[in-house]
Amino acid sequence: MSLLDYFRSSKKNTASTAKERLQIIVAHERKRRNGPDYLPQLERDILEVIRKYVDIPADQIAVSLEQRGDQISVLELNVTFPDDKR
Amino acid sequence: MAKIIVVTSGKGGVGKTTSSAAIGTGLALAGHKTVIVDFDIGLRNLDLIMGCERRVVYDFVNVINGEANLKQTLIKDKRTENLFILPASQTRDKDALTREGVEKVLNELAKDFDFIICDSPAGIESGAMMALYFADEAVVVTNPEVSSVRDSDRILGMLSSKSRRAEQGLEGIKEHLLLTRYNPERVEKGEMLSVEDVKEILAIELVGVIPESQAVLNASNSGQPVILDKDSDAGQAYLDTIKRLLGEQVPFRFLNVEKKGFMKRIFGG
Repeated sequence: MSLLDYFRSSKKNTASTAKERLQIIVAHERKRRNGPDYLPQLERDILEVIRKYVDIPADQIAVSLEQRGDQISVLELNVTFPDDKR
Repeated sequence: MAKIIVVTSGKGGVGKTTSSAAIGTGLALAGHKTVIVDFDIGLRNLDLIMGCERRVVYDFVNVINGEANLKQTLIKDKRTENLFILPASQTRDKDALTREGVEKVLNELAKDFDFIICDSPAGIESGAMMALYFADEAVVVTNPEVSSVRDSDRILGMLSSKSRRAEQGLEGIKEHLLLTRYNPERVEKGEMLSVEDVKEILAIELVGVIPESQAVLNASNSGQPVILDKDSDAGQAYLDTIKRLLGEQVPFRFLNVEKKGFMKRIFGG
């Protein structure tokens, strides 16, 4: 990079944006990949039920299945409610 | 025992065939009897990159169907000792490759060769799955760009669940990251993902970094694997990659911008 470029550039670093976006989507897709096939449908169904009572956006719910040891799997459900509806 | 290496990526146009040609040629140059198999049925291109397109008589599907034997079908490379090419068929029949057929051909090749390089088609359809199914090792070709990295991660998932080794509960496929079209200048400017970024996201061992290079187009124009262009940066980077594939420790080159003179630093260029 030349000295003139240095003064001219005030753009933000796109490579770090790319890295952040990739880290999020890759982590998300890996979770999907390792989980059972019914997980996305289960997530949608649970979302529908909750939406009957509270209006929450689709990305405010996360369902994951975690393997703990050989015997136990734990279904974890995370729902973020909007502030005013609490 | 032959080692089967799949060259794969998920995304198209990242340099799978260029890399297959370079890796196959490099292994043969190192004295290993090597065959490169084009799995891109319907879109045969390895022959062009290897410069043997006018010598194709029979193809992979002919061998599977018993219409020709391997001896008639394999094309012996004219420049490099120990190197052979098995061209893909041009058929539009997507199901021309059967798992049994592929297994039969690979088993027969394994008797004769040290390395079998499987040049995978893009995507995650049956051709790509067939190319990776029997692999012992995988070279995952990735560009420092979001869609390529994401697709590579997808393919890594397939390697660990949809391969013969996974299905039979054997030791997993050994995965190698090959970063291609790397541009250190843009990395320095913060415009391109760095080697470290991609390594961190995909979390597999790095086998090579090939710089974005004019030598690659020149090589494909003339049907000559770029690894034979030993004066070029890309050619040298592939030679280093081969050494690492064979277990040697080689420092990485071409990762940093060449130092410019004082005037260039001031005025750019």
